[in-house]
Amino acid sequence: MADREERKFAELPRDSIKVMAEAIGVDLSDDIAAVLAEDVCYRLREATQNSSQFMRHAKRRKLTVEDFNRALRWSNVEVVCGYGSQDNLPFRSFKDGELFFVEDREINLVDLALATNIPKGCAETMVRVQISYLDGKGNLEPQGTVPAAVQSLTEDLLKYYQQVTRAILGEDQHLMKVALQDLQTNSKIAALLPYFVYVVSGVKSVSHDLEQLNRLLHIVKSLIQNPYLYLGSYIKSLVSSVMYCILEPLAASINPFNDHWTLRDYAAMLLSDILWAHGDLVSGLYHQILLSLQKVLADPVRPLCSHYGAVVGLHALGWKAVERILYPHLSAYWSNLQAVLDDYSVSNAQVKADGHKVYGAILVAVEKLLKMKAQSHAVPAECSASEGRAEREVSPGLSPLQEPLSELGFGFASHILQGGPGVPSEKPVPVPLPTMYNELYDFFGDSLAVRFSTGPGIRHPDGRVTISDRLFQPSDIKKEGCGAGSGNSNVETTRKMPQLTASLSISPRDDGSPKLDPTPQSCSSNSISARSASFHCSSSLPRSKSSSSSRQGQRSAPRDVFQKSRFTHSQATVPHLSFLISGRQMGRRCQGRRFQTSFPRLHPASSSQAARGYAHKLPVIGRMVKPIKRWVCSEYSLHLPL
Amino acid sequence: MAAIPDGPVKSETELEVKPDSVNDIAGNPNVVQGIGGTPKTSPSVAATVASVTPPDITDRQTLLAVLQFLKKNKLLESEETLRKESGLCLDNEEQSGSVDGGSVCATGDAEGSDASLLSRVSGVTSAPAAAAVTGAPVPAKVTSATSAGDDQPDVSVVLSAYSQQGDPALYQVYYSGLKKFIESVLDCHRAELSQVFYPLFVHMYLELVYNQHEAEAKDFFDKFHGDQECYYQDDLRVLSGLTKKEHMKGNETLLDFRTSKFVLRISRDSYQLLKRHLQERQNNQIWNIIQEHLYIDIFDGMPRSKSQIDSMSGSLAGEARREANKAKVFYGLLKEPEIEVPLDDEDEEAENEEGKPKKKKPKKDSLGSKSKKQDPNAPQQNRIPLPELKDSDKLDKIMNMKEATKRIRLGPDSLPSICFYTFLNAYQGLTAVDFTDDSSLIAGGFADSTVRVWSVTPKKLRGVKSAADLSLIDKESDDVLERIMDEKTASESKILYGHSGPVYGTSFSPDRNYLLSCSEDGTVRLWSLQTFTCLVGYKGHNYPVWDTQFSPYGYYFVSGGHDRVARLWATDHYQPLRMFSGHLADVTSTRFHPNCNYVVTGSADRTIRLWDVLTGNCVRILTGHKGPIHSLAFSPNGKFLASGATDGRILLWDIGHGVMIGELKGHTDTIYALKFSRDGEILASGSMDNTVKLWDATKAFDDIETDDFTAATGHITLPENSQDILLGTYVTKSTAVVHVHFTRRNLLLAAGSYNP
Repeated sequence: MADREERKFAELPRDSIKVMAEAIGVDLSDDIAAVLAEDVCYRLREATQNSSQFMRHAKRRKLTVEDFNRALRWSNVEVVCGYGSQDNLPFRSFKDGELFFVEDREINLVDLALATNIPKGCAETMVRVQISYLDGKGNLEPQGTVPAAVQSLTEDLLKYYQQVTRAILGEDQHLMKVALQDLQTNSKIAALLPYFVYVVSGVKSVSHDLEQLNRLLHIVKSLIQNPYLYLGSYIKSLVSSVMYCILEPLAASINPFNDHWTLRDYAAMLLSDILWAHGDLVSGLYHQILLSLQKVLADPVRPLCSHYGAVVGLHALGWKAVERILYPHLSAYWSNLQAVLDDYSVSNAQVKADGHKVYGAILVAVEKLLKMKAQSHAVPAECSASEGRAEREVSPGLSPLQEPLSELGFGFASHILQGGPGVPSEKPVPVPLPTMYNELYDFFGDSLAVRFSTGPGIRHPDGRVTISDRLFQPSDIKKEGCGAGSGNSNVETTRKMPQLTASLSISPRDDGSPKLDPTPQSCSSNSISARSASFHCSSSLPRSKSSSSSRQGQRSAPRDVFQKSRFTHSQATVPHLSFLISGRQMGRRCQGRRFQTSFPRLHPASSSQAARGYAHKLPVIGRMVKPIKRWVCSEYSLHLPL
Repeated sequence: MAAIPDGPVKSETELEVKPDSVNDIAGNPNVVQGIGGTPKTSPSVAATVASVTPPDITDRQTLLAVLQFLKKNKLLESEETLRKESGLCLDNEEQSGSVDGGSVCATGDAEGSDASLLSRVSGVTSAPAAAAVTGAPVPAKVTSATSAGDDQPDVSVVLSAYSQQGDPALYQVYYSGLKKFIESVLDCHRAELSQVFYPLFVHMYLELVYNQHEAEAKDFFDKFHGDQECYYQDDLRVLSGLTKKEHMKGNETLLDFRTSKFVLRISRDSYQLLKRHLQERQNNQIWNIIQEHLYIDIFDGMPRSKSQIDSMSGSLAGEARREANKAKVFYGLLKEPEIEVPLDDEDEEAENEEGKPKKKKPKKDSLGSKSKKQDPNAPQQNRIPLPELKDSDKLDKIMNMKEATKRIRLGPDSLPSICFYTFLNAYQGLTAVDFTDDSSLIAGGFADSTVRVWSVTPKKLRGVKSAADLSLIDKESDDVLERIMDEKTASESKILYGHSGPVYGTSFSPDRNYLLSCSEDGTVRLWSLQTFTCLVGYKGHNYPVWDTQFSPYGYYFVSGGHDRVARLWATDHYQPLRMFSGHLADVTSTRFHPNCNYVVTGSADRTIRLWDVLTGNCVRILTGHKGPIHSLAFSPNGKFLASGATDGRILLWDIGHGVMIGELKGHTDTIYALKFSRDGEILASGSMDNTVKLWDATKAFDDIETDDFTAATGHITLPENSQDILLGTYVTKSTAVVHVHFTRRNLLLAAGSYNP
């Protein structure tokens, strides 16, 4: 052995020779085998040495099978066929004993011949010239690391880019889907990444057009799901675009007919996706996002839709974010919301509708928080819950929490929160669950209790709703002012809850927060089984309407406006109940409330310039970086123009 | 001068031909040179041999061999005479099979090569017979190798020299005894005497192996191989794989080692020291090896230092003998033909700037005067017949001169810009690149046997129309030359199919009408760039051809390959005009001297040889590289040579004196491309390590003080100034640099294929 190492070349054991001889039917004595083995080794070494010459002259560093075969041929030895593949031929070991072999799979030629994916030939060999160094001066750093953005694009790529952007932003729905699908799977578009990021950053110029915004967000989704792309620092730019959609009072939201809520939900979902998949790319990203969400939430001057965005954003980031940001802030915020909700004046209708949206969002977030919290301290939670059960008739609610179902999404955000780089280690003040529950109950009353209690049943593994068939309720609210305490609950209390459903179902790995399990608080008196049967909501408007009408006789509660909030769950088969809290009122515009007065129109919808217009501008790297920096350091940087 | 006690050395040129190339030699009378030193007729051999009486054992064996040889060649009369004179009466049967058995040993390493040549020419013996002629010390030791039937007769003869043996157990004692002695001598001698170690080690090891003392051989190797210089590692690896007598047959490396004497340069004092020591100890084993296998070139004067020795050694067969580099080399440039430069163009330019005409005139004069005055070092104008200039050539020359006036003067402060030509999607493997002199075309040779030509100017490549189309052309029209070109098939690139193996070398003719390519399939092909078809396939190398190059005046070209022979061809001859044989391993690169009178070849035996095209003689042997030489470049004035090898070092040589004048370290991998700028101020080198480096050639050449002593002995002390001479390192995007080229205006072009 030592000898072998010292000599540094392969040696063939005598046994191998004997085995080979046996294979061709010759019986060798040991002596002959030994002599043969030695000779074979020598010939192999000789051939190897000769083959290295062919490698050197081919100006390669890697010795190929072909080189070896040439050496064999020139020494009048038959070449070895069948090993010309460029791929590695790994030695596999046989399980028992020290037997190694090269896997030699049988290939069905018929399949190969009839295969439809005929491989294309390689691209044409060509020569390209560039001036590498001028007057002997150039960048002395290795040029291999040139950022992707300054790589000159080949014509093919440019064409691809134009086609794809045109398809996505164009009229044809089918084409858009195909383009998005390709964007999601294409492995060769790394060079185009900055261009697409730039296109996405066009959100700020199309804030009047929900459709376009939606499509741009879809681009983001495709990009982050493409496994071949390394987003790197572009992640910041993408996040800032998404945050814009979540938080900004979009021009489109002036018109109450526009369902910008859905857009915000979707964007929040995207945000969680980004953090989930790429949160580690930029240190402190999570923290920065939390910070800006908090700022929006804490700013009473902002319109309600921004607050809504902040809440769903926090919700999307996970229950820990909710606990850290939303929960401590709730009491302060509550008074404002209360004021809005309690104003029954007609002029306030619109704002109030918005307020209900926010209310619903908070409710959902808080509910999630409680559930996760309960789960994380399973045992103490149950104890406390059982106490609460006795007191507050929430009894049936807590026990199912321990069901593993809700673990599905348990904590991407908590993972980031704890382990993410740059996130300060300050922990939220640990509030014991009962205390928290009590506090929250003060705000939400029974609606919380009811929702809380019904949690686990809803989550349906297949609950996937694509954005296209998402629930869209144009205007099913007739009135809203009269909702409180009215007996005719199904009509007046049909309020659309924020469509968190969408985000839930699209990202099932999300921590299950938007478990919108709408049971009216009256249900608390019902049996569990009855409630669990009622979880399912329709995924289409008519169904929800009809089902909403089916549910009756809700007991009015302090916040009975919300009591019948229902959420769509995509188990569309059994549309049981859907009480909708609508966040929208048709035909009424109310202004003059402070939520509305401060509505900043930073980007008037006047600019009809579609994002498509950006498609042809070549982005400069510096431009990609700038807004991120601003976003980091300035307060409301999100809406700073690029 | 010659120190071998046996006698003077006659031929300095060795002819060593591999078996399979014999047929070429047979068919080619040009090869006659190189055999000059050996006896011409067999009777004279017999006479010489006969004169050595009384025969001792060795001579007796020799005699037997000669007799056998004479018999075989039907020289019965001579045989009779010799037999009588020597008083021997022997059974011939006994000898014939005895070569292998070792009972009769051919100790001489020279052969009656003329006879074997004769037999080859007349076709009596079959191909495998080959002659290995080395410097024949004494005619007395003559042995015939032509025993048909044995596969490799000469090899066994050569090897049989090892059959003399002592006690195998004593080899280690001998060697370590010598080692102890050399370590104990004065410092100044130690370095010189240490040179003996390596050849001695190899030969002792081979003797042990040959005499089938495998265990002792292994012990011997294990014990002492660590002492050898690191640059012999590659050879030692080959050697270590060789453990049986059977292996020694057909091992080329070994054959080289055996057939050529290892050359050492040792000062007289050191040599005496060694000799005295060996004689005192009666250490015949070693002394025999030194006498048999080593050539010790003794010089008077100071012993050399370790660094001096290291810089010159490293080749397969030791250093070059000093007398090998004595021949005069006409390294000067040829007089340029006088061409009237049409003045009107110049005047147009002169109008642009006032200062220019004044500057230009003296320049032109200087150019003119230079070409008028005959360079004392230049060969006669018609020493090598050169093709006449055509009109198009003259036009090109004029263009060249015009470009030259716009040339940027390079220097350490004004470095050239670099353009990199990247071959994309070259999955098949780019193996060779060449640019035309005017940088309008680029050719790539690929491992998939194709040659591809690209136009690097907007002008597309056009072929001539087909015959049918050509007949339709109005042949009287003025622009007939334009009309014959096929505009339809014009394209940016053309692919030339014809080879059946990887293309290892490409070269454009100076007039851009032809392209040469050489390949693994053993042929050199000439392609027309008018029709983009193959015109000729030159078959002569029976083995892969590694490199080829057109002469700077066209018409001639040189090729070199695995058969260790470089060949000189003319495009209109299907057989080579000259064969330059002498390298002990593959000829890996070939270049023409700018004056077309010399050819330089670099080889895997780690030597560079300069050959005279006129006589076919080897006029320079340059040793010092530690790896196969893959790139060569002459300075534009023809005085200097740069060479790059796999060891990543560039060596600079003075052709006139035949001495090394510089060593440029910096590259970390094989240097595949070398080129001097048009004025010779900058040397550009491209390497596998993905860099282009620029070197200050002026400084490198100026720093050398060539006093008479160094010029006479070649014992140069190299300054360690690589870092001062290095002007810049330029990194590519993971692209190995295969070729570098200076345009006429001194823009540096580099080329390589991107292989992620």
